[in-house]
Amino acid sequence: MATIIAVMAQILLIEDDQSIRTSLALALGRHGHEIREAGTGEDGLRMLASAEPEVVVLDLMLPGMDGFEVCRRIRAKSAVPIIMLTARGDDFDVVGGLEAGADDYVIKPVQPRVLDARIRAVLRRGTFAEQTQSDRYRDLTIDRAALTVTKGDQQLALTATELRVLLELSRSPGQVLSRMQLLELVWEYGYLGDSRLVDNCVQRLRAKIEDEPARPVFVQTVRGFGYRFGPV
Amino acid sequence: MRLRSPRDVRAPRALRGLRPRLIAACVAVAVLAAATASWASAASASNSLLRSTQQRIADTAARGITDTAPALVYPPDTGDLRKIRDALDGPVVVTYESLRVQAGETAAITEQLRTAVHGGDHLALQRVDSATGMKLLVGMPVLITGVDGQQRPSGIEVYLVRDLGEVVRQVNALTRNAIWTSALALPVAVLLALLAARGVLRPVRELRGAARKLAAGDLDARLRPSGADELAELATTFNDTAASLQSSISELARMEADSRRFVADVSHELRTPLTTLTSVAEMLEEDLERMPSDARASIELAIAETRRLASLVEDLMEIARFDAGAAQPHLERVDVPGVVRECLRSRSWTGQVRLDSPEELAAVLDRRRLDVIVANLVGNALRHGDPPVVVRLSADEQELHLEVIDNGPGLPEGIAAQLFDRFYKADSSRGRSAGSGLGMAITAENVWLHGGTIEAGNTDSAGARFAVTLPRWSEET
Repeated sequence: MATIIAVMAQILLIEDDQSIRTSLALALGRHGHEIREAGTGEDGLRMLASAEPEVVVLDLMLPGMDGFEVCRRIRAKSAVPIIMLTARGDDFDVVGGLEAGADDYVIKPVQPRVLDARIRAVLRRGTFAEQTQSDRYRDLTIDRAALTVTKGDQQLALTATELRVLLELSRSPGQVLSRMQLLELVWEYGYLGDSRLVDNCVQRLRAKIEDEPARPVFVQTVRGFGYRFGPV
Repeated sequence: MRLRSPRDVRAPRALRGLRPRLIAACVAVAVLAAATASWASAASASNSLLRSTQQRIADTAARGITDTAPALVYPPDTGDLRKIRDALDGPVVVTYESLRVQAGETAAITEQLRTAVHGGDHLALQRVDSATGMKLLVGMPVLITGVDGQQRPSGIEVYLVRDLGEVVRQVNALTRNAIWTSALALPVAVLLALLAARGVLRPVRELRGAARKLAAGDLDARLRPSGADELAELATTFNDTAASLQSSISELARMEADSRRFVADVSHELRTPLTTLTSVAEMLEEDLERMPSDARASIELAIAETRRLASLVEDLMEIARFDAGAAQPHLERVDVPGVVRECLRSRSWTGQVRLDSPEELAAVLDRRRLDVIVANLVGNALRHGDPPVVVRLSADEQELHLEVIDNGPGLPEGIAAQLFDRFYKADSSRGRSAGSGLGMAITAENVWLHGGTIEAGNTDSAGARFAVTLPRWSEET
């Protein structure tokens, strides 16, 4: 493992427990990442500005400013991928974290290779340019080469995850993709992926691209099956 | 045992209920008392009426005779006897030896009376029923006072016949009154009995209602004791019992909640060092090959135990979430055979397990929880049973059926009920087997969370069989 370095990422690890920080930094270092450590949310936010990490790994249980608040503050100024560390199936944590803008989550006690896989998956989302054409739907322009989305004349600040979901859905407008399919395509999850990741991401995406997020035109729900783009 | 519903007991209660018995007893007592009292008073009134009438008649007769006696000459003749007769009204006979003077209808006078008067010095009375009604016969000897001052019979005897018809009528009226009084007492008694029964039965009914509520688990059920009678005491006793029951139960509940919270807290706290351990274990695992063999053996142990600890803590936290009511199913449309196949594949069980299922079978379920259910049941079958292990899926319109069958010795007699208890291990000699002892409890909790059922038993060919039934089309979340 340590010899194959496909992605070398700058990671900001915000975690209050010194031992976890040290052990995860060591293990992720072996996977080829470079780790910056922050013991509190406040430190993490400060380091975000200076270190410009490619991925933030964020513990939700932090003293002082909690993980949700840190997550919201990061999102307010950055689209950097955020992976949260949470208790298994702790619905409140998972939903709260996703609503605050996290892209993915791992469950404590986490195996470093699982965390590494999540980090790589989230990084791939942002570096996955494809066809050259750009598509225009009403006032929404999706540039598949430059990986930008423009609404009217304003470029939207989409996270890599949101962008990837939009790209996958709009590749064949009108065709339904199930949550499972989206989990596989975007998050690279097997069958046990959490479909709340998709639902939350779609909600955040709608808030950015739709005129009325409650009555979506671009990303529509097909109850019982999944989502589809349009028909516009 | 099923409790009988109130409807079940209604029919026999009509026959031997408290109310009819109470009313019957009250009415019987009241009517009997009224009848006895009125009969007794009527009888005593009749008696004194008769006696006073007799006394009056006798007094009048005696006075008449006393007025006449001094004028008599002895031995008297018929004229003297007539004087006596004339001094008395009504039918009368006056005799002296063989002399006899009479007036009116005197045939009623009996030999018995004559015998009683004859030669005596006392007044005699006799009542007779004649064809013309009840008569009072009065017989009295006329006494004379001798020179020595002694009174002795003069030999003159006076017999009177007096009609008692009027008295009899009055006595009859009294008797009728007594009957009416008794008759009137009946409705009054019924009314009073009803009121009394209500007064007694209302608290009894309230007590029954409160007891039922208590039995149904409403520990706040209390009575309002009114008055100071036995029923009020009973109500107070009931309240005290309920209160002490409530405090015992809430104390138990508090202790249980405390211990569960403690388990949850401990598991939560354990997760932090476990995260470090897991992380370190993984690194050590990567370096195993470069280590001397004795160090490698110890590190392999440490890694294995770290994983077991992690899985135990994970199970404890899962149970704690069920206890806290924090577990929510995340329901979505799921391809059930697909999930089962993935469950088997991801755990490398595909070779040991046969899946017997339709090609496609959709249901609305929590995917992760379905995976937990299948993984636990199959894992259990592989650990305790023998191959081949079969997973059988089927469904009808409403329900999804999942069966996990092994070919082992089957479940020992009588353990099916405890199988889903926490930390239950069927084979104590394998107490430290791979499982945390919570797998089956978690499986059952996951089934129940879906509103389904789980049963454990043996197949005809003695292998163990677990059957799960889940509602197929829950509302998606």
